[in-house]
Amino acid sequence: MPAYTLTVNGEPRAFEAAADTPLLWVLRDVLGLTGTKYGCGAGLCRACTIHLDGEASFSCQIPISAADGRRVTTIEGLSPDRSHPLQKAWIEEDVPQCGYCQPGQIMSAAALLAKTPAPSASEIDGWMATNLCRCGTYNRIRSAIERAAAERKNHG
Amino acid sequence: MAEMKAESEITRRALLQVSGGIGLGLVVSFIAPAGALFGGAAPAGAANAVAVAPGGEVTAYVRVGPDGIVTISLPKSEMGQGVLTSLAMLVAEELEVDWSKVRSEHAIANDARYGKWGTGGSRSVRENFDSFRRAGATARELLVSAASEGWGVPRESCLAKDGEVIHEASGRRLAYAALAERAAQLPLNKKAKEPKLKPRSAWRVIGKEVRRLDTPAKVDGSAIFGIDVRVPGMLVAQVVRPPELGGAVASFDAKPALAVEGVRAVVEIPNGVAVVATSFWAATSGRRKLAIEWKPGPNGTLDNEAIRKLCLAAVEKGITARNDGDVAKALAGAGAKRKLEAVYEFPYLAHATLEPMNCTAKVDADSCELWAPTQSPTGAADAAAKITGFSVDQIRVNTTLLGGGFGRRSATDFVEDAVHLSKHMKAPVQVIYTREDDMRAGLYRPAGANVMRGAVDAEGWPTVWDQRIASPSIMREKSWTAMMKDGIDFTAVEGVRNLPYAIPNVFVSWADVVLPVSTHWWRSVGSSQNGWVTECFFDELCALGGKDPVEARKRLLAKHPRHVRALERAAREAGYGKPLPSGHAHGVAVHESFGSIVAQVAEVSLEADGQPRVHRVVCVVDCGEVVHPAGVRHQMESGITVGLSAALTGEIAIEKGRITTGNFDGFPLVRIGQMPRVETHIIAEGDPMGGIGEPGTPPIAPAVCNAIFKLTGKPVRRLPIGTVARMA
Repeated sequence: MPAYTLTVNGEPRAFEAAADTPLLWVLRDVLGLTGTKYGCGAGLCRACTIHLDGEASFSCQIPISAADGRRVTTIEGLSPDRSHPLQKAWIEEDVPQCGYCQPGQIMSAAALLAKTPAPSASEIDGWMATNLCRCGTYNRIRSAIERAAAERKNHG
Repeated sequence: MAEMKAESEITRRALLQVSGGIGLGLVVSFIAPAGALFGGAAPAGAANAVAVAPGGEVTAYVRVGPDGIVTISLPKSEMGQGVLTSLAMLVAEELEVDWSKVRSEHAIANDARYGKWGTGGSRSVRENFDSFRRAGATARELLVSAASEGWGVPRESCLAKDGEVIHEASGRRLAYAALAERAAQLPLNKKAKEPKLKPRSAWRVIGKEVRRLDTPAKVDGSAIFGIDVRVPGMLVAQVVRPPELGGAVASFDAKPALAVEGVRAVVEIPNGVAVVATSFWAATSGRRKLAIEWKPGPNGTLDNEAIRKLCLAAVEKGITARNDGDVAKALAGAGAKRKLEAVYEFPYLAHATLEPMNCTAKVDADSCELWAPTQSPTGAADAAAKITGFSVDQIRVNTTLLGGGFGRRSATDFVEDAVHLSKHMKAPVQVIYTREDDMRAGLYRPAGANVMRGAVDAEGWPTVWDQRIASPSIMREKSWTAMMKDGIDFTAVEGVRNLPYAIPNVFVSWADVVLPVSTHWWRSVGSSQNGWVTECFFDELCALGGKDPVEARKRLLAKHPRHVRALERAAREAGYGKPLPSGHAHGVAVHESFGSIVAQVAEVSLEADGQPRVHRVVCVVDCGEVVHPAGVRHQMESGITVGLSAALTGEIAIEKGRITTGNFDGFPLVRIGQMPRVETHIIAEGDPMGGIGEPGTPPIAPAVCNAIFKLTGKPVRRLPIGTVARMA
């Protein structure tokens, strides 16, 4: 199997994998990072969202051969201690229910705030449209994103 | 130790009788003198006690850490509904411990210790409201006894408060952590067995706004769902099932699959052909190379249209479930303009939990360990015992977090697959259903049809309600026929047989339809479709009689004051009857299920493309008693979301005997931009406690459809709603 390198959550990682292995399964099965979730395998639910060179990406749709040498941030690397404004807001708003989609939700939201520090409700809805939540935590997700944006502004 | 075990065995059995299925067995895991803590003449201060306290397990439910953190072990599955919080609140209330010190976790399933573990029917809190408070109180009593005996003072002179036992007269106090071991050794005296529970006025946790305990791990990726379990030496498997309902494996060529790097085996098991590999992706790659010849089943012509016809063909041949007055005579006597007939139809639905079905099993020579996201660890252990030939005592079930349940995870198909494969491979195996496998794995909310006939009198009030239901029986399929009184599957008629409206002539019948599509309990079960049919047809009768849907309901629900109270509150909070933006309408529904009454008012408009848009839902739930208000609100929102997805687009497609819906493109879920604003109001006035997980679901589809009926003048009689084009 071919060899690849990634910088995952700031750490260099080297490993072998079949070239068509989706980044999702490299993270979960090769690198032991199970925070990134499998939901559909088809780019339809966004449970697998990670940041690839800072861009929110469907890790289930990116073969490792296309990610070689690149920089990946997963939910485990968003902050060392749940101190990212979104993680704090998620706790404040009591967002998760089953919780399975939430790593993907938070990673999508983090990419949104990086681009748009003060998104409107419709910008949030537009950006987060592909992130499915079967439990219906959407209203709290929107509130938590708004809360995190406000906190950033106040501390910015 | 053996003697000790035998003794606790007896104690526990005695306890099982007094505690109604919840064992409070003491766990005597470690015995050491705790005398040192009591030896000194000087009072042992809490701070000192903490420093030397070993902590330990006080009872099967309560463990105290050296740092004073109390961990509560709970035999109910957390699938998002919040039981790891609400049940912990019950225990913590009586244990007298500050909420910030409380943690909770799934217990290791043990029927002898905890009773049978199944999570469903919106039962967890309402059925355990007393027993889990008692579990906290028992631990508290043991801790108090441990302190008072150590101090040599009457136990009545000691009290438990904020994680400590205090002897007020002397000012002595000891942290629970310092008392846990000693408490665990105490016999269960009467006080501990039948502890006095706090009066409502003294509650400090129950009914209060506390944070969910499972949140922190769910925001940093550390929460462990079934799919996240990693066992040393674990293999990963996918199971390819026969694509056709009732089909079977004829033959397969494993060689090309086995040639894929990482594929370890191709194995036929009862559910299909499994590819076992070193990773999920290796299993996927092997599966793509696997050539299987299938034996077709006898259902090659089955599709949604055929199912509709079969239901309609059966609908007039049902068993009578209710017969008040004389429906036939009343219908015959009603003028043509005062009666109507309608056919209501609904499709199969998948549970579509976001975490697909999976299970990890490790079968050894004389034991089997499972790591399963299951609603029923007891069922999982039974299934594993059957396959391995072991007794259930040899099966250890670790219940992980569940990425959604909705009833699906009370089944054991995914457990069986894992156990078969681990047994065969002599290695730990994690079975993962791909999304398509999950959606096609053959367990659905029943499809069905209803023929409705109704009439109103000269004043426009309903006089006839004739409802003929045809739908496949879940209970017959599960072979629970012993529970089918008079041949009726009560889940098929729930919400209809007990139709609350005061109508003089009511007839309800149900016809079973035997179909090869397997059904299963799906959030709110029969009420998920029956609430839609009854509440929509009620609005049709209102329209026929020229009555306002809220006023008509209030009048015909006069003998159901809780319904009326919920409905009035919902109407008031929603501003029902007041002007709305142009093109918007309110739709109303009220439905009782699982012991709770839920009224919803939905504000709906129609988009240019004919898609309904739900702007706002006011939801009033009367659940009698509330433990965790935020949990109740979350469950109402969640029930509404699941019900709304089903109403708008939910439909499993069957073509040529195959389930063709496979992923979220064909089974769309409500997205953030489609999510209505939901305002939940809780009525908890001391009526019998109702469930919360399911009752939020039934009213949303009829509330939305009734609003569409108001907007278009055309009733929605077939789900999913789709677009107005489809409605017409």
